[in-house]
Amino acid sequence: MERKVNFNINGKKVDLNIDSRELLVDVIRDHITLKGTRIGCDTSNCGACTVIVNGKAVKSCTMLGVQADGKEIITIEGITQGEELHPIQKAFMERHGMQCGYCTSGMIMTAYWLLSNRKNPSDEEIKRYFSGNLCRCTGYQDIIDSVRHASELMHSEEEKIVVEQR
Amino acid sequence: MNPREFEYHAPHSLDEAFSLLGKYGDESKILAGGQSLIPLMKSRIFSMPHIIDIGKIEGLRNIEINKSGARIGSLVTISDLESEREIAELFPAIHDAASQIADPLIRNAGTIGGNIAHGDPGNDLPAVLVTLGAVFVLRRSGGERTADASKFFIDTLETDVHHGEILTEIVIPRPGKKTASAYLKAKKSAGDFSIAGISTCISMEKDGSIGSIRMALTSSGPKVIEVTGLEEICKGKKDYNSIAEKVSVAAVSSAKPSDDFYGTVQYKKKVIGILAKDCLKLAMERAEKR
Ligand SMILES: Cc1cc2nc3c(=O)[nH]c(=O)nc-3n(C[C@H](O)[C@H](O)[C@H](O)COP(=O)(O)OP(=O)(O)OC[C@H]3O[C@@H](n4cnc5c(N)ncnc54)[C@H](O)[C@@H]3O)c2cc1C
Ligand code: FES
Ligand code: FES
Repeated sequence: MERKVNFNINGKKVDLNIDSRELLVDVIRDHITLKGTRIGCDTSNCGACTVIVNGKAVKSCTMLGVQADGKEIITIEGITQGEELHPIQKAFMERHGMQCGYCTSGMIMTAYWLLSNRKNPSDEEIKRYFSGNLCRCTGYQDIIDSVRHASELMHSEEEKIVVEQR
Repeated sequence: MNPREFEYHAPHSLDEAFSLLGKYGDESKILAGGQSLIPLMKSRIFSMPHIIDIGKIEGLRNIEINKSGARIGSLVTISDLESEREIAELFPAIHDAASQIADPLIRNAGTIGGNIAHGDPGNDLPAVLVTLGAVFVLRRSGGERTADASKFFIDTLETDVHHGEILTEIVIPRPGKKTASAYLKAKKSAGDFSIAGISTCISMEKDGSIGSIRMALTSSGPKVIEVTGLEEICKGKKDYNSIAEKVSVAAVSSAKPSDDFYGTVQYKKKVIGILAKDCLKLAMERAEKR
């Protein structure tokens, strides 16, 4: 059944008519045509579909589009500043946090949520936060290294901004 | 895969939700975080013409701690429950369980109310709430009643929520002095349901002997199972070693696990026996420190 919804996605307001049956991930990919968010397992296990809804990372294959009505959503496309990659994206490149790349947007969104809660997560914390994101290629160690490196890059960017402001 | 066709309703108040539940009767189903229900709808194991999303109702997301204990709104997410310091301090078993439910992303969406009302014997919070003596507040149009956690779970996916009712609050009495709880879970991999889980709540007397004890099991039967015969074994005892074996046997004989993907009956009983000892030890250590 058709229903009107509006979200704020990556800072932009969108009004849509969607079917109540549609999953948030399909709304993002097919209606809003942002293809960075992936469908892996489609059974709430792999985390390839991770997006941020009202500040928290969730699996968009296990949320109805209509449930997100009125909410603020951030996807992988929303974390870059124009052409400039986000420090988490840079860190994943510099530390080889991906091979085939299929899980990567989900990994980065979980990292985005983690690093907005904890500036300096320990390896144990990183492992715990990532227990809902599967990767079939990297063996995880490079992902953990990338997240740790991202937290360092984000610190140094913050310091740079403070210095520039002086 | 998309669920089957349904009409979606998103009431903004409990009264609005009650009138929708009244109007659509047993053609309607409550949706909270959706982390149990949506997978079932997607696989089309479950479908319902009317889905009533209670997620937009105000006032069900508070955690209130007062002199008599805790009142937890049914829409509090598992991750909010996990990160609430006072909850971890007063009811360590809740923290133990919440931090092991599914994975952090599912915990960000799933609610305490859904974890209880789903009636899944594999869900971790029911066993904890039974041992803590929790009471559930069930509201309906123009009234409310309470249900003891220990009588609330009827069968697999069947609870004491009557049609037209909404679970609104979970009320947990403040533990007395020298009282502590613990929850342990054996699982195959991070983020998974348990092979078996066990919750324990122990109160010690002034002299350090056990005054009262409750234990309940996850994934060990068609519903959460309370271990019987514990008072006789434990009351007045101080020494862990003198009771551990008997407690373990009591837990195993109360359990009614079945063969499935998580293991054989024989294997699960072995796991339950070990978990019972370890959980007893942890709860005793925590109670002594209080
Ligand atoms: C991959 C995966 C792994 C999981 N692992 C675990 C695990 O290890 N341990 C565990 O405990 N759970 C696990 N779960 C289940 C899930 O996390 C919880 O059961 C979930 O939190 C349920 O809450 P919800 O708000 O999402 O409920 P929903 O899915 O919205 O609802 C569940 C049921 O409860 C009813 N309901 C919900 N709220 C109310 C209310 N307030 N009043 C009356 N009825 C209500 C609904 O009608 C429905 O029948 C897992 C789920 C997935 C997908
Ligand atoms: S596609 Fe959503 S968890 Fe795998
Ligand atoms: S890089 Fe291939 S799945 Fe993670």
